[in-house]
Amino acid sequence: MRKVAVVGAGMTKFVRRALETGKELAWQASSMALDSCELTMDDIEAVCLGTAPDAFDGVHMNGEYLSDGAGAFRKPYMRSYVGGGTGVFAPIQGWYHVASGMFDLVLVVAEEKMSSYYPHAQGAFLTIFDHTTERPLKPNLLWIFALEMNRYMQTYGISKEDIARVAVKNKRNAADHPSALLGDADITIEDVLNSEVLAWPVNRLDVSPVSDGAVALVLASEHVAKRLTDKPVWIEGVGWNLDTAYWTNRDLAYPRYVEYAARMAYDMAGIKEPRKQIHIVEPYDPFDYKELHHLEGLQLADRGQAPQLVADGVTSRDGDMPVCPSGGLLGVGNPIAAAGLMKVAELFWQLRGEAGKRQVPGTPKRGLAQAWGDLMQVGTVVILGR
Amino acid sequence: MSDQISNYPGTSLSESQIQDGEVLSFIDKMQADFAWDTGQAISSYLDGFKQGYITGAYCSHCRKTVVPPRSVCEWCFHEMDHYLPLADTGTVNTFSLCYVTWDVQRIKEPEIPAVIEIDGASPLHGIMHKLGEIEPANVTIGMRVQAVWKPPELREGSITDILYFKPLEE
Repeated sequence: MRKVAVVGAGMTKFVRRALETGKELAWQASSMALDSCELTMDDIEAVCLGTAPDAFDGVHMNGEYLSDGAGAFRKPYMRSYVGGGTGVFAPIQGWYHVASGMFDLVLVVAEEKMSSYYPHAQGAFLTIFDHTTERPLKPNLLWIFALEMNRYMQTYGISKEDIARVAVKNKRNAADHPSALLGDADITIEDVLNSEVLAWPVNRLDVSPVSDGAVALVLASEHVAKRLTDKPVWIEGVGWNLDTAYWTNRDLAYPRYVEYAARMAYDMAGIKEPRKQIHIVEPYDPFDYKELHHLEGLQLADRGQAPQLVADGVTSRDGDMPVCPSGGLLGVGNPIAAAGLMKVAELFWQLRGEAGKRQVPGTPKRGLAQAWGDLMQVGTVVILGR
Repeated sequence: MSDQISNYPGTSLSESQIQDGEVLSFIDKMQADFAWDTGQAISSYLDGFKQGYITGAYCSHCRKTVVPPRSVCEWCFHEMDHYLPLADTGTVNTFSLCYVTWDVQRIKEPEIPAVIEIDGASPLHGIMHKLGEIEPANVTIGMRVQAVWKPPELREGSITDILYFKPLEE
């Protein structure tokens, strides 16, 4: 397999409702990514697109619908879709396009426009439940998160306060992100605990916001990357894994599919001691407990011990292992596929030392981004290094 | 965002700009009706509900009993050996007190969705359902519960033939 580098990235603002259409957002992020490495669409040989369920847009074959904005005209083009895991899977697909030797320059675009669905994007998620055995109970999406969060809390004796610290950290980090929707430098644990109860134990500020936005990356093979930039950031490892779709038949306190995806990526990257060798982590945080859950699945914390790392400041931006220095989905926003790719873009900027006010100290060498989705059963992992 | 980039595209709109017609939008409804075939395994599940029991499936290769029943064992990829009736009692694996509907309308009395590990199924094998006949404050993980069924003449072969699960007095 050939080495693959990230050489450019672009990103729109994440907003609750964008004036721009999905195509327009995709184009804005794509052209920014191309500009950032001084390429044009003529240089790009293939395009990989990530976008989450067609139900949000009410458009069948959303990949084709978005194709002009993503620069896919008369090019090899593929859309990947693994639910919430899509944003970190799209660059994996881009990676094997290049690693295989098929292409030297690939554009990866992730777009989401969740605001079109009325009255609330949550309705678009109802179809993830089994049509015959679950949907007659009239479930809503919050149920599965609330059920998983409660099981996680009960199994390890974790309090709501332990979990609220994650929301506070991420929303404060996002105050330094110019694209963020919910950055708040002054938010406190009390604010989170006193916010409205939606589905106990989930309060309003435990949840990331519905958002619109797009992110794009340019991937290059080694010989091309070295001509384009003296600061390539290499894709050192990728992994993905799927657990059972019978979500009520598995251990809800521990995400084994995330562990398997991480082990695949660690093996590929030659990482033996992830807690020492991963310097920045961007785990998927659509809910605050998920960041903790995922750190444990990624083997970056012992089971039930991730909350202690947060309380001790280890995961702060200036801590030993910064987690979500971007501000994550809780702070920057959660346009699903775009949010996952935002995490990979954040690692790219951090590893190049371009993250401005969000820059983690100590010239980090390696970072990990992870996303999660489908019916809580897919894990996708990318490791970047310089 | 990179400190190399100074201009961030994307224009934020508020709901009122659409409601007031300040920004044009096109609103449409889609009709989508389906009739889903239930297949072999779920047919046995639904038929069990009509008779008043919960159906599981057994794999003799893996010695696992799963619920809902399915025709293929995920672990060994062999066909499940047979379907069998399980008890209508179980243990609460996890629960929530939900104060919103699917479209985020507020409700006063919470719904209590739960994952219930069904007696007779392998450990951690449960189904999603709701709890009833209990004060929300009194629900705990690990509590024992039993299905409350519709009267036989009203059952139609659906998961909703179980109205909810209530605390089991043992």
